[in-house]
Amino acid sequence: MSDWLGPDEWQAVALSLKVAGWATLLSLPLAIFVSHALARWQFPGKQVVNGLVHLPLILPPVVTGYLLLLVFGMKGPGGRLLDALGLGIAFQWTGAALAAAIMGFPLMVRAIRLSIEAVDQRLEDAAATLGAPRPLVFATVTLPLALPGILTGAVLGFAKAMGEFGATITFVSNIPGQTQTLPSAIYSFLQVPGGETAAVRLVIVSIIIAMAALILSEVFARRLSNGMEGA
Amino acid sequence: MTPPALSVHLHQALSGFTLDVDFDAPAGLTVLFGASGSGKTSVIDAVAGLGRAATGRVALGDRVLMDSAQGLYLPPHKRRLGYIFQDARLFPHMSVERNLDYARRITRAPSDRPAFDRVVEMLGIGPLLARRPSRLSGGEKQRVAIGRALLARPRLILADEPLAALDDARKAEILPYFERLRDESDVPILYVTHAATEVARLATTVVALDAGRVIRQGTAAEVLGDPSFTPGGDRAMGAVIEAVVKTHHDDGLTELDAGGVPLLLPHIDQSPGDRLRLRIAAQDVILSKTRPEGMSALNILPGTIADIHYGNGPRAVVSLDSPAGRVLARLTKRSVHALDLRAGVKVFAVVKSVAVAPGDVGGPAR
Repeated sequence: MSDWLGPDEWQAVALSLKVAGWATLLSLPLAIFVSHALARWQFPGKQVVNGLVHLPLILPPVVTGYLLLLVFGMKGPGGRLLDALGLGIAFQWTGAALAAAIMGFPLMVRAIRLSIEAVDQRLEDAAATLGAPRPLVFATVTLPLALPGILTGAVLGFAKAMGEFGATITFVSNIPGQTQTLPSAIYSFLQVPGGETAAVRLVIVSIIIAMAALILSEVFARRLSNGMEGA
Repeated sequence: MTPPALSVHLHQALSGFTLDVDFDAPAGLTVLFGASGSGKTSVIDAVAGLGRAATGRVALGDRVLMDSAQGLYLPPHKRRLGYIFQDARLFPHMSVERNLDYARRITRAPSDRPAFDRVVEMLGIGPLLARRPSRLSGGEKQRVAIGRALLARPRLILADEPLAALDDARKAEILPYFERLRDESDVPILYVTHAATEVARLATTVVALDAGRVIRQGTAAEVLGDPSFTPGGDRAMGAVIEAVVKTHHDDGLTELDAGGVPLLLPHIDQSPGDRLRLRIAAQDVILSKTRPEGMSALNILPGTIADIHYGNGPRAVVSLDSPAGRVLARLTKRSVHALDLRAGVKVFAVVKSVAVAPGDVGGPAR
């Protein structure tokens, strides 16, 4: 396999996995929190939060990328703050991860919110009468029952992060080894004469990764629901 | 004077009517009795701290659970309850054993294996421990739900129509467990139902609700023996009397003594001297002005008519005081006129069938 893919191609695949992995891992807890808030709590400004979360889904990705550039770029307020902390993300793989996380966030929240809404609140009430304070009700009843949906959300977010192109290339550009993810690499190969074969190889890798993620999540989801049916 | 086991004073505007409930319940099992929509579940949920906050005060002994005047609303998890829901509400992602153990784990209480084993044995759920709730029958689920509530070591047991979702056979399977709870534990029980049969078997005290108000409160015999009170329709009416087992006869009948009147019933599995609670449905009673002879019915109670209650239909309900207690008879108005029945007239009540409720009668003597 290492012979089959050139070093540049390997680099792009490895970078994409790293970017998508971190983007998913770090945004998942926040997505669960926001989903729970949207599903269960009443608070002022709920519609605004809901709209903000969904914005990346409906905006052109280039616009999201440009907004990220304005805020987190070298001259943006967020960028300067992170720079001062030694965490500069502009034109870094971490910036690619941020763009991927933001683009995948609405997909995660949609799936997770639905699964939390589907959890029977009467079970949460029962847990409360048995002595569980709210955070423990969430941890012992809501979260485990919503787990299949959380898994689906994570897979969707991961897939979106793997495939994210527009916001990433606008925000952190297309620097091999730094910010050149799988889609950017495919795009680059297609721009040069004779690059098609490399592009096709990366396309095949993309398909394999996407299918593997989907099948894994199906297997997990089935095991979870089997557990609930009780063997 | 010791405070009542449970005191409830609630005021809450609900959709359609206003809940305005005031009652004190002694120890034992208190039934909140009323038709659906009478506010029973709102009361029990307010006691549990679930649902919208009502105004008023709820106290368990000297422990205040809620007092709107002080802005005090103890959250449900601090109320030390054992709530048995109509729909069991077992956690589907946990085994029966983990469901039973949930309250202990969540409160980090030390493991008490003997208590766990005692509850499991009493409810006969030992063989179910490894199963998931989805693999249980309705009756099994409800038994596990009872066990889960008991193992929370509650100060108050709440039960919201725990039998309503079950068929008659399953009801008969679960009822005795509530009788044992009532008789063997010191924890007061608040039990919601619309079924008069459950009231007759279980209630130490009855609090009858209608349209959000308490319309009657008393012992089961007092409330069910009141002909003007028919939340289940007069078909479901029936008085409750107490009797003592006297002897078992060779022909399979058991003789009881109800205030000096002998009653013969098909064999009852109780020892002589045991006290029983009997329910006599109003529609199973025939009245006669002379002592009937040459009849197949074995049980005849002499009595004096206390009151005749005329409903809207062709029926009337006659209540009579017998040595055994208050008995109700459901007759046609035509018969009432033909026999010239009125208050003070002496009659004989011919009882076609008697339902037995095993177990102690509870009662105010506790």
